Amino acid sequence: MDSSSSSSAAGLGAVDPQLQHFIEVETQKQRFQQLVHQMTELCWCMDKPGPKLDSRAEACFVNCVERFIDTSQFILNRLEQTQKSKPVFSESLSD
Amino acid sequence: MEGGFGSDFGGSGSGKLDPGLIMEQVKVQIAVANAQELLQRMTDKCFRKCIGKPGGSLDNSEQCIAMCMDRYMDAWNTVSRAYNSRLQRERANM
Repeated sequence: MDSSSSSSAAGLGAVDPQLQHFIEVETQKQRFQQLVHQMTELCWCMDKPGPKLDSRAEACFVNCVERFIDTSQFILNRLEQTQKSKPVFSESLSD
Repeated sequence: MEGGFGSDFGGSGSGKLDPGLIMEQVKVQIAVANAQELLQRMTDKCFRKCIGKPGGSLDNSEQCIAMCMDRYMDAWNTVSRAYNSRLQRERANM
């Protein structure tokens, strides 16, 4: 996402700062929405849908969201550490 | 409906683009895209949960699908709240 916002700025010359801010805000909102869509599907804690969302299912969803974020952070951190010693993504890949 | 989705990007004949109007139209398009995504995922989930062996009609499955839609929205809202809380917590810890 970062490269797209800087390349759009480069392409248009000076981008209206109001528009730039708008793009940043909407992009962030979209990331949020996308993750909610994904986690709702991934974390589906019900066999057959009933007449209401019971407290066990609700707790299950909440736990799943927290663990998903934990997992994502863990992966980023560990990748950062292992990249320092043994680069997985070498420079030549970006050529 | 035709003209409503951005055929006129706020030019209004003056030759200048109105950023305000563009932003409004972009917001609408984003909202539409999100609704489509929600609908597609909900349909997929509820089809899988409610329709075991596709028969000649929906009759028996309609009640299941209706409940599934409601539960899907409940779930979506729960996930949205939980994720938002987590983000607030992360920001508070920075």
